[in-house]
Amino acid sequence: MRKHRAAVAIASLALFVTACTGGASSSPAPSVPASLGETEDALNLVAWAGYVEADWVGPFEAETGCTVNATLGNTSDEMVTLMKTGNYDGVSASGDASNRLIAGGDVSAVNLDLIANYANVFEGLKNKPHNTVNGVSYGVPHGRGANLLMWRTDIVDPAPDSWGVVFDPDSPYKGKVTAYDAPIYIADAAVYLMATQPDLEITNPYELDQAQFDAAVALLKEQRSIIGKYWSLYTDEQAAFAAGDSVLGTTWQVIKNLLDADEVPVELTLPKEGATGWSDTWMISSTARNPNCMYAWMNYIISPAANAAATVYFGEAPVSQAGCDEAETISPGHCDTFHATDEDYFSKVYFWATPQKECGDSRGAVCKDFSEWNAAWTEIKG
Amino acid sequence: MTTPAAPPIERLSPIRRIATALYRRPRLQLGLLLAAPVGWLVVAYLGSLAILFVNSFWRVDSFTGAIVYEPGLHNFERLVSTEIYRTVTGRTLGIAAAVTITDALIAFPIAYYMARVASPRLRGWLVVAILMPLWSSYLVKVFAWRIILQDNGPLNGILRPFGLEGPDFAAGEIRLWLVCSYLWLPYMILPIFAGLERIPSSLLEASGDLGARSWQTFRRVVLPLAFPAVVAGSIFTFSLTMGDYIAPNQLSSVQFIGNVVQSNVGVAGDLPFAAAFATVPVFVMIVYLIVARRLGAFESL
Repeated sequence: MRKHRAAVAIASLALFVTACTGGASSSPAPSVPASLGETEDALNLVAWAGYVEADWVGPFEAETGCTVNATLGNTSDEMVTLMKTGNYDGVSASGDASNRLIAGGDVSAVNLDLIANYANVFEGLKNKPHNTVNGVSYGVPHGRGANLLMWRTDIVDPAPDSWGVVFDPDSPYKGKVTAYDAPIYIADAAVYLMATQPDLEITNPYELDQAQFDAAVALLKEQRSIIGKYWSLYTDEQAAFAAGDSVLGTTWQVIKNLLDADEVPVELTLPKEGATGWSDTWMISSTARNPNCMYAWMNYIISPAANAAATVYFGEAPVSQAGCDEAETISPGHCDTFHATDEDYFSKVYFWATPQKECGDSRGAVCKDFSEWNAAWTEIKG
Repeated sequence: MTTPAAPPIERLSPIRRIATALYRRPRLQLGLLLAAPVGWLVVAYLGSLAILFVNSFWRVDSFTGAIVYEPGLHNFERLVSTEIYRTVTGRTLGIAAAVTITDALIAFPIAYYMARVASPRLRGWLVVAILMPLWSSYLVKVFAWRIILQDNGPLNGILRPFGLEGPDFAAGEIRLWLVCSYLWLPYMILPIFAGLERIPSSLLEASGDLGARSWQTFRRVVLPLAFPAVVAGSIFTFSLTMGDYIAPNQLSSVQFIGNVVQSNVGVAGDLPFAAAFATVPVFVMIVYLIVARRLGAFESL
């Protein structure tokens, strides 16, 4: 009886092992379409919260007949995991996901000739390293924005203008400071070190060699002692600021908008050292079942009216001048608030990118890659 | 004399034929009965644990996220040699132990009162009262505690007039100890209650007759008899605290084993390393259960 049981166990184990190794080899990249066909019935998207809302999805569905099903990804990593299942047509990927998706073969290159509205996109948003590899484009931008510094105006005094307040080990707000809970936050420390430790010679906060990386990690381990709660879900930060559990830290504009609506006294600023930011790219899956709908969506979301509606709602800069003009009619001053046409401003914003071994400059392949950032982040949180 | 006609030979229906065949083969009957649950146990439960274990020997290509099917011990080497994983494991087991001891100390008087002092009617109400929190979901309770412990929440509201402060997010370990002790208390009370009920009062009377004071009786009669029940309850509090990752995530910035596993599943897509770390609690529980069985807990569940 015992031998029989062992044999059954080994047999089922062998079965599972072969089943696992059988599947996931990388499939060849599908060819980029030369022309579009009829739109299908549905469109399955993975998106950030606030990117696919009824206000601008409704007209799209009416116009194209593609019923949109949006699955919310709460973090970049969730989005990569979801896209790897192959069940979606497209994703709004941030820079810390896009390069991984491209390298993993989960998204296809895009034929920009098929997207009429792309011609109007700001030059500053074209050919960015987070969505263009070897001159081949992998998607269209949704907007761009920065990670800003927010504080409770009734608790924090004086109003800060530098990231120094969240890196100060003797901070009077110890235990109530917050930071973004993802390895990509190491870049925020690198941005601060660019200004405060110029002898480290950091030029790109995502391309850090050993010395620069160690300095950033040391700064973050020091910061850990004043952090109360790290946040990754935007609703978490909203709740923490509303309750007074967090009074100072990194934020997105959309969170401040939500707190304003609840009458919580907060203010935000882009500190003088600059900041990290994000410009999310709509990318098409390499296993998309509804590619024509996805191309229609990519064209639609960067059209002036839809882009204005989406970026005003979320709180980021539109991608084209026409989008800006439309946004002015919805929310006057929107483009100025978000510096949409100010390329100088965005020159101080370092968009999320995926760290890779290849530094991309004269140093060669000595930079820390994403897996090392991830391992370091676990150590930083302690 | 007429012989009675022989009864007509019945054609047995298929079901009766199967029933007869099984009646004559009791082992086959038992096997078929157990096939479904044992099959579920082996395939779904043991099978998934086996996949987890096999996964932990593989590696992931750090950039593309694809799994490299070359077995090796690199994940386990990394677990043992890197300080952070030892720290996280130690912290998780430490808080699990603290919660277990706290729950044992709180649960014992309550269970003793319910088992030996309360009237049958009151006992019924107390059982209902203890089981009530189990009717609401785990997540609801964690969120409720998050609101209670909030900076502008009820706990600070009570303590601040006296100049005291409740634990804030920075005091993460204290928060987790507090909330986990609350969450798993019913699982500790019930086995101890059952264990204490089983002690025959004649033993206590005999002890008194032999001249033992109440504390002596408690220490030398009640406690040894109830100890297996305490161990049985501790299995729940220890394993549930050790495996938790939602409470640490919601209530603090503290990392438990589960949080590191989760961040490796999602962030780097490093399933093999997450699997390797996930096998640690499995082995801890195997050891724990072996010890618990020796202490007689399985008869007291």
